[in-house]
Amino acid sequence: MTDTQFDIAVIGGGPGGYVAAIRAAQLGLKPVVIERENLGGICLNWGCIPTKALLRAAELRHSIDEMADFGITVGEVKVDLAAVVKRSRKVAGRLSMGVKHLLKKNKVTVIAAEAKLGAAKDGLRQINLSNGDMVSAKHVIIATGARARALPNIEANGKTILTYREAMVPETMPESLIIVGSGAIGSEFASFYHDMGVKVTLVEALDRILPVEDEDVSAFVQKSFEKRGIKIMTGVKLQAVTSDANGVQASIEGQDKPLQASRMILAVGITGNTENLGLEATKIKVDRGHIVTDQWGATGEAGIYAIGDVTGPPWLAHKASHEGIICVEKITGQKDVHAIGAGAVPGCTYCRPQVASVGMTEAAAKQAGHDLKIGQFPFAGNGKAIALGDDGGFVKTIFDAKTGELLGAHMVGPEVTELIQGYAIARTLEATEAELMATIFPHPTLSEAMHESVLDAYDRAIHF
Amino acid sequence: MAIEIKMPALSPTMTTGTLAKWLVGEGDRVNSGDVIAEIETDKATMEVESVDDGVMAKIFVDAGTENVAVGAVIAVLAEDGETASDVAKAGLQEPSSPVPVTSVAAEAKERAEPAPVTAAPVKAVPAPKTKSSDKPRIFASPLARRIAADRNIALEGITGSGPYGRILRRDVESAATAPIAQTTAALAGATQQGDSYLVANSQMRKAIASRLQDSKQQAPHFYLTVDCVIDNLLEARKSLNAKAAEGIKISVNDMIIRAAAMALIAVPEANASWEGENTRLFRHADIAMAVAIDGGLITPIVWAAEQKGLAALSQVTTDLAARARDGKLAANEYTGGSFTISNLGMFGVREFAAVINPPHGGILAVGAGEQRPIVIDGNLAVATVMSVTLSADHRAVDGAVGARWLQAFKGFVENPVTMLL
Repeated sequence: MTDTQFDIAVIGGGPGGYVAAIRAAQLGLKPVVIERENLGGICLNWGCIPTKALLRAAELRHSIDEMADFGITVGEVKVDLAAVVKRSRKVAGRLSMGVKHLLKKNKVTVIAAEAKLGAAKDGLRQINLSNGDMVSAKHVIIATGARARALPNIEANGKTILTYREAMVPETMPESLIIVGSGAIGSEFASFYHDMGVKVTLVEALDRILPVEDEDVSAFVQKSFEKRGIKIMTGVKLQAVTSDANGVQASIEGQDKPLQASRMILAVGITGNTENLGLEATKIKVDRGHIVTDQWGATGEAGIYAIGDVTGPPWLAHKASHEGIICVEKITGQKDVHAIGAGAVPGCTYCRPQVASVGMTEAAAKQAGHDLKIGQFPFAGNGKAIALGDDGGFVKTIFDAKTGELLGAHMVGPEVTELIQGYAIARTLEATEAELMATIFPHPTLSEAMHESVLDAYDRAIHF
Repeated sequence: MAIEIKMPALSPTMTTGTLAKWLVGEGDRVNSGDVIAEIETDKATMEVESVDDGVMAKIFVDAGTENVAVGAVIAVLAEDGETASDVAKAGLQEPSSPVPVTSVAAEAKERAEPAPVTAAPVKAVPAPKTKSSDKPRIFASPLARRIAADRNIALEGITGSGPYGRILRRDVESAATAPIAQTTAALAGATQQGDSYLVANSQMRKAIASRLQDSKQQAPHFYLTVDCVIDNLLEARKSLNAKAAEGIKISVNDMIIRAAAMALIAVPEANASWEGENTRLFRHADIAMAVAIDGGLITPIVWAAEQKGLAALSQVTTDLAARARDGKLAANEYTGGSFTISNLGMFGVREFAAVINPPHGGILAVGAGEQRPIVIDGNLAVATVMSVTLSADHRAVDGAVGARWLQAFKGFVENPVTMLL
């Protein structure tokens, strides 16, 4: 190795780490990314991207069932699971190569190794690498991400009890499946496996599925899932899970008969990868599996920062990327760097129907003491949605009655994950209902429902 | 290449200023370090030095122009080897962003028309104030405008933290509230009748108006007055000055500042500032002293006054007062502090109540030291007595705390030996 001294060392090449490194290079620094496995991290390789490839296959499979409505006759339909999974892996591989190229283009050094923090000396932090080498850097950004959290009484075995990682590369389709946890990951797998013909039971400890979303959205998705035949159990406390050659048995508090299925997926949240980093010898604090930082990513140890999933929820790639950028900009003293504001991170779930939101839920806005103006518009009143044959769902907007601030927007239905950025931009620009009303939304598009929802909040909806 | 000279920001909060005076004319030779113009902000007049050598090619903003936006090009220097016409040929033209020129008449006329008020805020947003071409455009988010209008906060004085200085909601929320200027319709009418005339308010005048109006409207003032016998203090001052080094002359006011500083340390609860969610308590006695200057007043601060002996204190106050009168104070010399002293004793004022200088928690109004009859143990005697009145912000300082502070102050003043400890 020729270079061993850097301005910034980024541990972890996921969407937080590689973006931070590129931003650092843009600002004239000399960065290094140390990645133990795949560039692009979980997001590209085992998360966001490959699941979207799988869900696309499921969506197409589902569309075929509706072809008759469009006047199209389809012959015998066969799903080649191996090919579906292979395509998903190919998509992930292509993007990981893309990240490699981007880092090279920006002259970011990439080292394939595990990293462990060493001593600080002369303003440089030493980092010991698993390949026996050592590098040093003025600043270190920990972007090691997270992994599936285990439940105290359930151990994933990778065969019958799976985490997202195995669930993404099934060799065979199980006959039946229990999914524990109904957040984004659990709900997406429920949607995918059900569309692929698996009997799915979605189990949630809280009183509703997608518990971080607005209650109206949770209720709509639950109804829609149930209509499709997904079994949903909420307020469920799992007691013990056993597995044998026949499958999985889960005993539930207050029920005599255990739940049975061929396999189980655990999707009960994630925990930060904080181990074996040498944090013990520093002032860095770890709280419940996550590194404690300030709003700029600074840890308790001078010169060491942490961003992304390893620092806590929301566990989202775009949050990690943004944190990486502001962390580097803060380190280099850029002007007008602002920490991520409350409710500024949009969230998307790619189950069928899609879910997208930004800002506060109605309950949260009420609890915060706002007087509210709430609008809701169903896609059933949207021409484009009807033409697409996908008119389930709605757009809900929540405004502060006094200031017109868009406190939150919640969408469920066709392509809403592509639509939510419109409201995110409005919030960043601090638009009020007046600007949103005064904006012309093109016809016919799904986005008209966004306009109508705003109008509805002020009793001015035209098409409903 | 021609060198653009831009309106400088003299303080972190400055967004506009008045170009008071040009000290060079077009065609004049300018050397780096030369003072070329004077800029007036809300509180001070500052000199603008050239950082380059060259010839003044073109002045874009005339002397006396108000509300010149920070960063606006005010003039162009031709570099050595260039002529003014080269600069013109280089295509450098007057900046397209309008440089405001406010005439008093125009302003009065404009103000006579009240801004449209929206009854139902839901239906319309207050329009950006682009109507008057003589004001620089203010970049602010719609939400920031709405909140500012709702809370009666003027956007003009707010520095934006958004992209390119755009004012965002957080800026409005953190800005000190300054009520929107009242209409001067009545005055404008009077002008036409010729029995009164208008004087354009200086930045300083406007700042004083908005800050003190703010203070009286928001800080619940209460007033406590005590009489202090200052014969001992005058005696002590005389003997100190007799022994002081050449050039040091301790004033009564210096001793009052010293006594007030000691009292703030002795009664730390009185050294407080109201901040809404919190009350800020100060470890030092950072005392602002009101200095009357042409066209208004300014309150430079003696930082950590309790740590300064009388000789050092005297040097600091003499220097601050002199530079205040010359308009040469830097912004950080009159921003901050926790307590103010205003002394009108030299005008023969017996006692008065002062308006708190926000965000301070209190202000001490000092009257004249005069001989008065007093009763000591049932006998009439004559003593030099000075009445002082403490105005305190009741949100941060309670009556009993204020009274204890005054008691401590009186103790130091009447037994000046104790303040020398």
